[in-house]
Amino acid sequence: MSSPQPNHQGIGVQVRGLRKSFNRHEVLKGVDFEVKPGEIFVLMGPSGSGKSVLLKHVIGLEQPDEGEILLEGKPIQSSNVLDEYRLAMVFQSGALLNSLTVGENVGLYLTEHRLKPPEEIDRIVADTLEVLGLKGTEEKMPSELSGGMKKRVAIARALVIEPQLILYDEPTSELDPLSSVVIAEEIVKLNERIRVTSLVVSHDRDLAFGVAHRIAVINDGTILAIGTPEEIKRCQNPLVRDFLNASFRRADLHSA
Amino acid sequence: MFQNVGEMVILLWRSLLAMPRCWRQREKIFDQFFEIGNASLLMVCILSFFIGGVIALQTGPVLVERGLANAVGGVVGISICKELAPVMMSILIAGRIGSAMAAEIGSMRVYQEIDALRTMNISPIHYLVVPRLVAIAVALPLLVIFAILVGWLGGAFVCSANSRIDISFAAFFTTLRDIVQIKDVVNGVFKSFVFAWVIGVVSCHQGLITIGGPRGIGRSVTKAVVNSIVLIVILDYILTRILLR
Ligand SMILES: Nc1ncnc2c1ncn2[C@@H]1O[C@H](COP(=O)(O)OP(=O)(O)OP(=O)(O)O)[C@@H](O)[C@H]1O
Ligand SMILES: [Mg+2]
Repeated sequence: MSSPQPNHQGIGVQVRGLRKSFNRHEVLKGVDFEVKPGEIFVLMGPSGSGKSVLLKHVIGLEQPDEGEILLEGKPIQSSNVLDEYRLAMVFQSGALLNSLTVGENVGLYLTEHRLKPPEEIDRIVADTLEVLGLKGTEEKMPSELSGGMKKRVAIARALVIEPQLILYDEPTSELDPLSSVVIAEEIVKLNERIRVTSLVVSHDRDLAFGVAHRIAVINDGTILAIGTPEEIKRCQNPLVRDFLNASFRRADLHSA
Repeated sequence: MFQNVGEMVILLWRSLLAMPRCWRQREKIFDQFFEIGNASLLMVCILSFFIGGVIALQTGPVLVERGLANAVGGVVGISICKELAPVMMSILIAGRIGSAMAAEIGSMRVYQEIDALRTMNISPIHYLVVPRLVAIAVALPLLVIFAILVGWLGGAFVCSANSRIDISFAAFFTTLRDIVQIKDVVNGVFKSFVFAWVIGVVSCHQGLITIGGPRGIGRSVTKAVVNSIVLIVILDYILTRILLR
């Protein structure tokens, strides 16, 4: 069972020379980066560039073909590093357990690992859901929720773990602008409250530049640029510039 | 094929290792247990009644014609408790419950629910596989005991109702008691206990290795049922051979 140290600190993540192919299609082509303890690190990149695959490697759901991932300097492939730290991941699809209610989903980690008595779990679950604007949905089934609500339940489920490393896969992709702001605030608050290391995948530019301490831009399985939001804004790499400045203008369509 | 067998052995082994802590999952075990009962009790009843009846119908007239009327109860009794009840019920349960296990776990796999469990450091074996294995390993033998009794009743009913056999209820059960021993019943129930593990492990394994969307789930379900049945029939021969002495 994972050790529930109070006031734990975020942990550092290092990704070194990560390569991964699926059926000879190379998805990650040597990815290197480092996330410092307590940092909010945002990974941006176009659809299909391998962001979700990268996150799955960081939490040990996929085995790399080459390269390694270190948590606090210890490779996750070996030993029981994954048991040692509290990790959480918010899946792009939410990945709620469809056979459980919303409340059971959110409390699942605490219930299964018996970290708290049932009444306290209920209270924590209710509080967390309220923060995310889902007050009173405990008894609903995931199938009764909208896509955006599922996403917020998935975030609630991750917050309850009070992790040392939290991975968000597109936390705002199905949310309206107001809910996105709430999520962004939660990401920052959680980070400040328990110094959790946050690795956020998103193509939401507002979110990225709003919350990130550092940003990396990934394209086609390689990292194009890493730096603070200001550095990324000044980056001269044309691919990065296109990605950051892309905007829909009706005039472009007509003139084309 | 051999890789699958290897994986299943590993799954079985890891489930056995997790067994001592299965009491923590008791609610899930009870849920599964009652689901199995709910889903199959009526079918078990109908199936075994008619199987008992048809065995009586097939063997009764032949034996009676040759003056072996007092063997009918024994023949029907033995064939049901040692062979037909365990095998037919296991096949029924493979179709009814094995398919459900493969489908449930398979869809959890496809929709990343299992990945989510793993990120929460919850072992899918502990959380999903063990409760199902325990439930089926308890439920199937109980269902088989029930099926044996109903099968005998079906046999007795046909024997008394059919004019070419014409053995009374009481006479049927007296001859049955002469020939069928308690160890024959135990023998059949034991076989079903083994088959329960086969169904559980094969179905959960197929569920866990499901890939690719709803069609993948369909494939897993089919494979779980077919592979379970094939293994049950083969193991039935081997077990019978071993238990024969
Ligand atoms: N299990 C898998 N088997 C085969 N190919 C895969 C698998 N997972 C991902 N891929 C491939 O890897 C590539 C990158 O996928 P990934 O999901 O990481 O993209 P992404 O950057 O997260 O995109 P999006 O922003 O749309 O979520 C895709 O081409 C996808 O087809
Ligand atoms: Mg993705």
